[in-house]
Amino acid sequence: MELFLHQVLAGLATGGIYACMALAVVMIYQAIDHLNFAQGEMAMFSTFIAWQLIQWGLPYWLAFGATIAISFVAGVAIERVVLKPLHNAPVLSHVVAFIALLAILNSAAGFIWDYTIKSFPTPFGNGPLFEQGLMSKHDGGMIAVTLLMLAFLYLFFRHTRIGLAMRAAAANPESARLAGIRVGWMTALGWGMAAAIGSVAGMLIAPVVFLEPNMMLSILLYGFAGAVVGGLTSPGGAVLGGFLVGIVENLAGTYIPVVGREMKLTIALFIIVAVLCVKPSGLFGRPIVTRV
Amino acid sequence: MSKLLEARALCAFYGATQVLFGFDLSIEEGGITTLLGANGAGKTTTLRALCGMVRTTGDIRFDGKAIRGRATEDIVRLGIAHVPQGRGTFSRQTVEENLEIGAMTRSGRAAIDADIERVYGYFPRLMERRRQQAGTLSGGEQQMLAVGRAMMLRPRLMLLDEPSFGLAPLIVEELFGILRTLNQTEKVSMLVVEQNAALALDLAEEAYLIETGELVTSGPARQLRDDENIRRAYLGY
Ligand SMILES: Nc1ncnc2c1ncn2[C@@H]1O[C@H](COP(=O)(O)OP(=O)(O)O)[C@@H](O)[C@H]1O
Ligand SMILES: [Mg+2]
Repeated sequence: MELFLHQVLAGLATGGIYACMALAVVMIYQAIDHLNFAQGEMAMFSTFIAWQLIQWGLPYWLAFGATIAISFVAGVAIERVVLKPLHNAPVLSHVVAFIALLAILNSAAGFIWDYTIKSFPTPFGNGPLFEQGLMSKHDGGMIAVTLLMLAFLYLFFRHTRIGLAMRAAAANPESARLAGIRVGWMTALGWGMAAAIGSVAGMLIAPVVFLEPNMMLSILLYGFAGAVVGGLTSPGGAVLGGFLVGIVENLAGTYIPVVGREMKLTIALFIIVAVLCVKPSGLFGRPIVTRV
Repeated sequence: MSKLLEARALCAFYGATQVLFGFDLSIEEGGITTLLGANGAGKTTTLRALCGMVRTTGDIRFDGKAIRGRATEDIVRLGIAHVPQGRGTFSRQTVEENLEIGAMTRSGRAAIDADIERVYGYFPRLMERRRQQAGTLSGGEQQMLAVGRAMMLRPRLMLLDEPSFGLAPLIVEELFGILRTLNQTEKVSMLVVEQNAALALDLAEEAYLIETGELVTSGPARQLRDDENIRRAYLGY
């Protein structure tokens, strides 16, 4: 039982990483109605920017804030420059654009900062959060920040007009236009916010996995898993989904002998497929109630 | 009376397919105009053309300003509210959020809140369901919500695409009564597309009849109603 609880706690710690990424995934899914495969690389690139700022001598929190702002602007710019022209193109064109973006960001980061592993500072400290270890101060801080972002998003989407306009634009673009909403800019805003959230995720994840151009490859997959479990439409569901994936992964690694370390990533894929088969709208996704 | 909206030589295209073949249309300020025609005649396309939602050639003027080629959002912001075919409900949002969305181009919290109450005054059933997901409303309630959403824009012109479609006769009667009131008390000009010609000719002062994207005839609604040949050939009653 003790082992079980420990593993759940450790799962929560890794789950915090996934939850953070899943939040960014859901954000973009809400804005563009599909997944952005380049999201992990965008977060990675943002994290490098933060690292560079810190190298240049900026205090951590200043670099943190500046990175969020830069990422937001870059996210908006990517939408306006790369994706707006594809506006009427089929989904496949978008997928190709995402993959191109992924490759470009990955090699650009490698070119500018090279592929050696860098350590990234944590503002929360490295010591254990509790006596028994398992969850570090950093893990705790990461979970707290994730929950804070979630609260912010909730308030933003539920209680601001611009949040409502974004939801309207995503749910029914044509009808939103007829209400005078500038749908294109709402999408760009969604990209900006997703990039900003992704940058926070990257900066929180980097102290754990170390900073290098490929750091987000597997984490994005876990983020997708968390988001799919959560139903892709609900930020709260995504965070819960992220934690669940972390816990399941840890428990499976402990109790199912064949899983071990190498097979862990398969768990994410397995969870995605399983959830899609059993409950396509996710565990927390609101099924649409329609009457005709 | 002056013309609020004037379209000349209006053509519209879906890709390479031409659907409207150059007709003129004008809407009197303060009046109700109806656009009639069989299924597939191009009524919906005409409304979409006026709002910049399809590729269009010709000249469209709203209040004297050329609007053809402008973005839909910008046309709407001039005060043209389009109640689309199928009602365009934001089904996951609540009834009240739908109304809020309709006022998205406006500022001034107090005025918006007052207008929400005004819509509830016209449609008390929406008030009862204000916190409900709009997708759960009945067809008639969704149509009322669509009209309410359009009212929230404080439009000068309302374009309504088959508002009676799929509704029970009693609901239709109620809805058309409210449209008439809106026109008279709020001075909202209207262009109403209908398949139910008898109903529309009763409501409107002016009428246009189109067939496969071309104008068949236009004139005072009374005149079309009284023209036996037109009625038999095109209006089916
Ligand atoms: N999205 C579209 N793409 C291609 N053709 C269309 C499209 N929408 C409508 N049409 C065609 O345009 C013509 C007019 O359609 P529409 O304006 O919807 O007619 P109405 O509203 O009078 O029933 C029809 O022949 C229809 O098949
Ligand atoms: Mg139609």
